[in-house]
Amino acid sequence: MTDNVVALPSEEQFQARIDAEEKIEPKDWMPEKYRQTLIRQISQHAHSEVIGEQPEGNWISRAPTLERKAILLAKVQDEAGHGLYLYSAAETLGITREELIDRLHKGTSKYASIFNYPSITWADIGAIGWLVDSAAIVNQVSLQNTSYGPYARAMVRICKEESFHQRQGYHIMMTLMEGSDEQKAMAQDSVNRWWWPALMMFGPHDGESAHSAQNMKWKIKRRANDDLRQQFVDQAVQQAHAIGLEVPDPDLKWNEERGHYDFGAIDWAEFERVVSGNGPCNRQRLAHHVKAHEEGAWVREAMAAYDAKRRARKANVA
Amino acid sequence: MSDHMQLYEVFIRSRRGLDHKHVGSLHADDPEQALEYARDVYTRRSEGVSIWVVASKDITASQESDCESFYDPLDDKPYRHASMYEMPEGVDSL
Amino acid sequence: MTERTDISRYAVRLGDDALILGHRVSEWTSRAPFLEEDLAVTNVALDYVGRARMFYQYAAELEGGDTTEDTFAYTRDARAFTNLLLCELPRGDFAHSVVRQFFYDAYALPMLQALKGSYDDRLAAIAAKAEKESTYHLRRGREWMLRLGDGTEESHARMQAAVDELWGYTHELFEVDELEQRLIDSGIAVDPRLFQHDWHDNVAGVLREATLSLPEADWSIRGGRTGHHTEYLGYLLAELQFMQRAYPGLKW
Repeated sequence: MTDNVVALPSEEQFQARIDAEEKIEPKDWMPEKYRQTLIRQISQHAHSEVIGEQPEGNWISRAPTLERKAILLAKVQDEAGHGLYLYSAAETLGITREELIDRLHKGTSKYASIFNYPSITWADIGAIGWLVDSAAIVNQVSLQNTSYGPYARAMVRICKEESFHQRQGYHIMMTLMEGSDEQKAMAQDSVNRWWWPALMMFGPHDGESAHSAQNMKWKIKRRANDDLRQQFVDQAVQQAHAIGLEVPDPDLKWNEERGHYDFGAIDWAEFERVVSGNGPCNRQRLAHHVKAHEEGAWVREAMAAYDAKRRARKANVA
Repeated sequence: MSDHMQLYEVFIRSRRGLDHKHVGSLHADDPEQALEYARDVYTRRSEGVSIWVVASKDITASQESDCESFYDPLDDKPYRHASMYEMPEGVDSL
Repeated sequence: MTERTDISRYAVRLGDDALILGHRVSEWTSRAPFLEEDLAVTNVALDYVGRARMFYQYAAELEGGDTTEDTFAYTRDARAFTNLLLCELPRGDFAHSVVRQFFYDAYALPMLQALKGSYDDRLAAIAAKAEKESTYHLRRGREWMLRLGDGTEESHARMQAAVDELWGYTHELFEVDELEQRLIDSGIAVDPRLFQHDWHDNVAGVLREATLSLPEADWSIRGGRTGHHTEYLGYLLAELQFMQRAYPGLKW
């Protein structure tokens, strides 16, 4: 009898599976900390998509042409869809969407700090699509290989859909740069405001990141923050210059030896200031979400009541 | 009053002739609504020609602890795979 | 007045309905009661904005010159818009939007079905595409009417309030002016009076099933087709047209 005892799944076996590039699936045994880390990261990612609807949604009613209006609607809708894919992935870890939204509203779960900046002009819709989405995609492409199956699959789907997002953003910028002096100034002003926050999206230097090492070991995270940031800078600078935009960094310079751009120091104090609630829109973003959720409560309650009535009627007939 | 909706799993046939494939999940109050939301959420780029939705709670799934008894015994039957049988030179389409 | 001009004005009228309603629906994006509905309602907005573009593009071709779809959307003032008043009313709570959408879609579907038979091929083709969308919208709308009408006490009260509030704007859906009469006579436009009774029966049936009462309102408001709008439209246009007004004549 003792011969047939199945060895208890252990952290070593789990790690061996990860090291062999096998995916972890929802019903698999996993260390509690792995589960919690994933819930934290996936839900933060989901919240970012959903809160990210707001700065762009802010221009749906004012988009300058009907075509731009349709594109923007489709794009913002995609953000909602991506939020939904990610909530779905998080739910496979044994937590409900209601709990996740509750954490967002209580402030115990975060979203990407970039969305605490305002979209003031139409050019910001270009800058968000181009810079913010490009930065997000660089990160998300690396996450297509993350070790948790449902998260990896959500990333594959999201990356496929996002490619149009950065292009439409860049196309807005390109059109502005081919336009009047006022349009060019509008585009440049927008890049000046979004450039540094976009670089901050990759998070602190890896040495200073609290979770980096363990997340790399578990292959939740596949590439270092600084690597991803460098890749983004290299591609974005080239794209900016191609249409005559300046990057607001006096220290930016091509480094022949490294084959990369060197760039200036990021103002991490500013980052901390915004993360901790002092960005221009932190309160507005959360209030918007809470309000929609609360105003929708009677609708959700009515749906449940209607469903219950219908079941009761069916049972009576049977 | 609870406003907790049910979780549904969504399966989509992307083209005629292919199997339905699991694409994700969503929340809805009844199967009809789940079907409509699956259309709105998972086929925004005409990814589907047919959709199935199944309440997640109605799915019975094998457990990891079943793995050894479920799948390992099937792993020792090479004779079920054509590749086991070597064919003489010149014989093809078999 | 040539028939070409008539057709152009008719297409703009249908485009105005679609644009103004689509604009209102799009106000729900990021504000829907839950995430699935956020995506679904945005699909409806996209359908309507797309429909407006098709009608405006056709009208622009008929007008010729530098006219484009955006000329109609962005450079006319409220008096030149000819959408039904129902389309321009503020989105209100979710009940208001559901009821408005249901009233309109119950009208749009038979309208488009008839327009498919128009002697004007372009209008017929646009109608064929839009009909499929409206079939889906109406299916969704009917289900929402039932769920919310027959849901909780609160949802029932909100729905009844919306029905009572919006009823007076539905009479205008079935009125025909000289322009439309000319085009009806030549087999190009749809005569909405032909399906007015069906609309009424259909709506009354769904209201009954949703445990809601048919209003006995003794008031009705009209004027959209002649540019006599509510005060709400001006604010909607102020937002919609902001960029083209602030920076005229540029490409975006």
